[in-house]
Amino acid sequence: MGFEVMEDIRKDYVYDLIESGKRVDGRGFRDYREVSVERDIINKAEGSALVKMGDTAVLVGVKLEPGTPFSDAPNKGIIMTNAELRPGASPDFELGPPNENSVELARVVDRGIRGSEAIDLEKLCIEEGEKVWMTFIDIHALDNDGNLVDAAALGAIASLLNISIPNDRYGLTGEDTLSIRDTPVAVTMIKIGENILVDPNLYEANAATSRLTVISNADGTISGLQKSGSEGLKEEEIAEMVGIGIEKAGEIREKYLGDIKA
Amino acid sequence: MKEEKIELIKDGKRLDGRGFEDLRPIKIEVGVLKRADGSCYFELGNNKALAAVYGPREKHPRHLQDAKTAVVTYRYNMAPFSVDDRKRPGPDRRSVEVSKVSREALDPVILKEYYPKTAIDVYVELLQSDAGTRTAGINAASVALAAAGIPMRDLVSSVAVGKIDGEVVLDLNAVEDNHGEADMPVAMVARTDTITMLQMDGRFTKDEFERGLKLAKKACHEIYELQRAALIEKYSKSVGEGEE
Repeated sequence: MGFEVMEDIRKDYVYDLIESGKRVDGRGFRDYREVSVERDIINKAEGSALVKMGDTAVLVGVKLEPGTPFSDAPNKGIIMTNAELRPGASPDFELGPPNENSVELARVVDRGIRGSEAIDLEKLCIEEGEKVWMTFIDIHALDNDGNLVDAAALGAIASLLNISIPNDRYGLTGEDTLSIRDTPVAVTMIKIGENILVDPNLYEANAATSRLTVISNADGTISGLQKSGSEGLKEEEIAEMVGIGIEKAGEIREKYLGDIKA
Repeated sequence: MKEEKIELIKDGKRLDGRGFEDLRPIKIEVGVLKRADGSCYFELGNNKALAAVYGPREKHPRHLQDAKTAVVTYRYNMAPFSVDDRKRPGPDRRSVEVSKVSREALDPVILKEYYPKTAIDVYVELLQSDAGTRTAGINAASVALAAAGIPMRDLVSSVAVGKIDGEVVLDLNAVEDNHGEADMPVAMVARTDTITMLQMDGRFTKDEFERGLKLAKKACHEIYELQRAALIEKYSKSVGEGEE
C-alpha cells in the first residue's frame, strides 16, 4: 500500500514537472538519455551488444544454429526473438514463464527486424527444405530504468551487424558472414498531458497513459509500430510521433551504428 | 518465399473482387450465448469471431483485485481448426500479444472505476480465421461488453489496412496478408476519433502510413454504425415484443 501511495505521489510530481516544461533528469522532451553501445562482448555468441540508455541496460546475444525450415518457406532461414525480463533487472520482474510484457518486447523487436527485411533470409538456406540457419536473438534485460524496447532493438541490430556464420562448428560450408540489408531503429515516445516525450525513463513511463514505438529504416520508411497503454491517441498526435520517431532513429543510426559496416 | 509472386490486384480490383477501400461483408449478432453476461458473434468476410463477457464479478484470487477499479482481462483464442494448418491449442506468444493490445484497445472506454475489486473478463474465440482476426475480435468484444450492460464511454471499432502490390488497401484477407507488403491493425473510438490500438508490420512510407490511417478511420466509422445498429436492433426488439 505504501508503495502505491508513493507511486501516485511520484506520478503527480513527474506530471507537474513536465507540465512546466521540465523532465525528472533535466533532459529536453526530444532528448535521449546518454546512450552507449558496446559490441562483441560475449565471445561465445556469434554477435552481442550491451546497450545502455541512462541506467537502463540490455544485453542482446545472437546465436546461429542449423535447423529445419518451416514447410511454407523451405528456402528461408528462421529468426527467433526472445526476451527475458530477469528479476535482477527490477523488483517488479518475477521468475516464471514469459508474461505479456516480455512477449510484447520480443515481438516488437522481431517485427522491426522482419519488417525491414534486414536479414536476407534466403542467404541463410543451407539445403532447401532440409537445413537452414536459425538466428536466435536473445534479449536479456539487465537493469530496467524504462524504455527497454529501444535499447533491445538497438542491441539486436548492433549484434546482427558483422556476424560470422559458424560454419566450422557444424562442419558446413557456405556464406561466411550474415548479410544485413537495413538497420531498423526503434524510437519510443510517451504522452503526458499534451506533451510528447522521447525515451521515457521508468518514472515517466509509469506516469504515462499511452506509449508509441516507431521502428524505422535507413531510407525513412516505417517497419513497425506498436501502441500500448490504457489511453488513446489522436491521429495528429500519432502523425507527429511518427515524424519524431523517424528523425530520432536517423540520429541514433548515424551515431551508434554508423561506423559499423553493414 | 518459394511460391510464385502472386498478382493481388487485377484491373483495379482485388482478388476477391473488392475495390481498394472496401470492407469485407460484416455480419453482427448480439446476445448469442445464454450463459455469458454479454456476447456477440461477428463475421468479417471469412472470419468468424465469438466474444463472451462476464462481469463485473468478484475477482479471484483476491490479491489480483484493484481497490480502485475493475480489472479487465481479455483472452484471444484461435480454435485449432480455424486455420489451414491446425493451430496447436492453447495460448502462444502471438495470442498473448494480441490479447494485450486488444485489452488496451478497449480499456479506455470501459468505466472501470465504477466497479472496484471486480473482474470484467472478455473471452474471444476465433472459430475461423482469414486475416484481421484481432480486429474482428475487438469489434465483437466491444459489442459484447455493451450487451453485458457494462458502462462504457463508447464502442470501439477496429479494422486493418495494408499494402498489396504497392497500393494502400483496406481490410486485408489472408492471401493479401501473406503476400502483401504491410499490415496495420487499428482500433478507435469512432465518435471522438481516438486511436486505441495501432500496430504495424511490413514496410510503409510515412505518406502511405498517413493515408492508411485515414482509410482505417473512415472504415471504423462504418463499422461503428453497424455495431450500433446491431445493438439497437437487438434491444429495441426485446423491449418491443416484451421479451425478458
